[in-house]
Amino acid sequence: MKGPIIEIRDLQKSYEGLQVLTGVDLGIQRGETITILGGSGTGKSVLLKLISGLEKPDEGTIRINKKDIIPLTEQELVPLRRKIGMLFQGAALFDSLSAGENVAYPIREHFRMPEEEIQRIVREKLRLVGLDGVEEKMPAELSGGMKKRVGLARAIAIDPEIILYDEPTTGLDPANTQRINQLIVELQRILKVTSIVVTHDLDSAYAVTDRLALLHKGQIVMTGTKEEFEASAIQEVQDFIAKKIVD
Amino acid sequence: MKKPISLITQRIESVLTYVGGVSKLLFEAIYYGIRPPYQLGLIIQEIESIGIQSLTVVNVIALFTGMVLALQTAAALSRFGAKGFIGVVVALSLLREIGPVFTGIMVAGRVGSGIAAEIGSMKVTEQIDAIRVMGANSVKRLVVPKLIATIVALPLLTVVADILGIVGGLLISVMEFQVTSYYYFTTILEKISFQDVASGIGKTFFFGLIIAVIGCYEGMTTKGGTVGVGRATTSTVVVSSILILVTDFFLTKIFLVL
Repeated sequence: MKGPIIEIRDLQKSYEGLQVLTGVDLGIQRGETITILGGSGTGKSVLLKLISGLEKPDEGTIRINKKDIIPLTEQELVPLRRKIGMLFQGAALFDSLSAGENVAYPIREHFRMPEEEIQRIVREKLRLVGLDGVEEKMPAELSGGMKKRVGLARAIAIDPEIILYDEPTTGLDPANTQRINQLIVELQRILKVTSIVVTHDLDSAYAVTDRLALLHKGQIVMTGTKEEFEASAIQEVQDFIAKKIVD
Repeated sequence: MKKPISLITQRIESVLTYVGGVSKLLFEAIYYGIRPPYQLGLIIQEIESIGIQSLTVVNVIALFTGMVLALQTAAALSRFGAKGFIGVVVALSLLREIGPVFTGIMVAGRVGSGIAAEIGSMKVTEQIDAIRVMGANSVKRLVVPKLIATIVALPLLTVVADILGIVGGLLISVMEFQVTSYYYFTTILEKISFQDVASGIGKTFFFGLIIAVIGCYEGMTTKGGTVGVGRATTSTVVVSSILILVTDFFLTKIFLVL
């Protein structure tokens, strides 16, 4: 299918009278990795929740594969969610399920397949994120970095077309941050998916992507490559690069 | 400073939002509950967990309530020379009122708060969002099993509580007031009707529904991290306990007419 995989037009969202998104316009091309940058509270995570259909906007449209997802009910969103994987900020692993069962969860939800096949996929996805043999471990037994990687294995379990990363490196030490950044790049290369990364960490953004978008005061103020960002005369972009915008 | 009138309208609005939210969740749970797949394994697991979680506390409370009831009843009945009717009064009080209400309030404290804490923690750690993103229905997955399990477990717990309360009354009657166990049970069997038992157990289905739906709603609407989880559990116990007592009044009126 030609054209952008995701088209966002005039997206607005407010919470209890506070306007978070004031008119976001963004087109995301099939197979690209785009990083949405912005300080804390600028609505980056809200944007991801709107794209995944977890929340509804006040105004605007979001088209995925040319289909407007805003009017869809929870039930009608299920086929769309088969195409989306999401890595949450805190990994959001189910505490009561083992790492393997967490990865198996979306597979069981969307497909009917023999148990051996499910276990094969679980092992394969965990291996892809560098976690062999942790299937039986409970989330409480895993480190922060390992949790994120299990969350990533779960996000790619059903071979999605789009992967959403919500602050993938927040709360991780430098070694784990680098490992997660490498994984995002590797998964992009191996799986050829469209990736949307939301972060306030400019270094991580430069490491994983070559197209960036800066969200400021509820709007996208610029999209472009790393080089275009660095050469930009837009004040907000310069401030962000100079880390003047408080995280 | 806000004007009193705006505070009142704000309060009314929040109460209506709460009632609307709880009702919507209940209807969604019924809607998804009657549709396959039925998640029997999950429901049995929840019944087991709710029943076992509450059994000890319910047993101890029921036994001692029965004993206290017997002591108080005997003291009152002695004034009229009617000590022999301890069993009937204890059994009637337990079966119609104290058994269902005490068990309901105990389960609200033990299980309702647990439900709110579990779902609330899942909410603040984005696990509920994760369920939805993976194409599952959070109401069907989380609320339906807990609702069915509480509605099934509470009547069973109440039956156990009623029996233990009557046994507690028997112990006091025999040891303190020289009423024989044969006489104690004979008077109970003679005077207690099926309706007495049914009206008490009938109430517990409503109490179970209240506990589960309030616990789930509080959990699902938790905000503000761990502090929010604490607030949700407290609110669950307070709201369900009040609703149990208010509902009990209306159900008693209805059952007395029937």
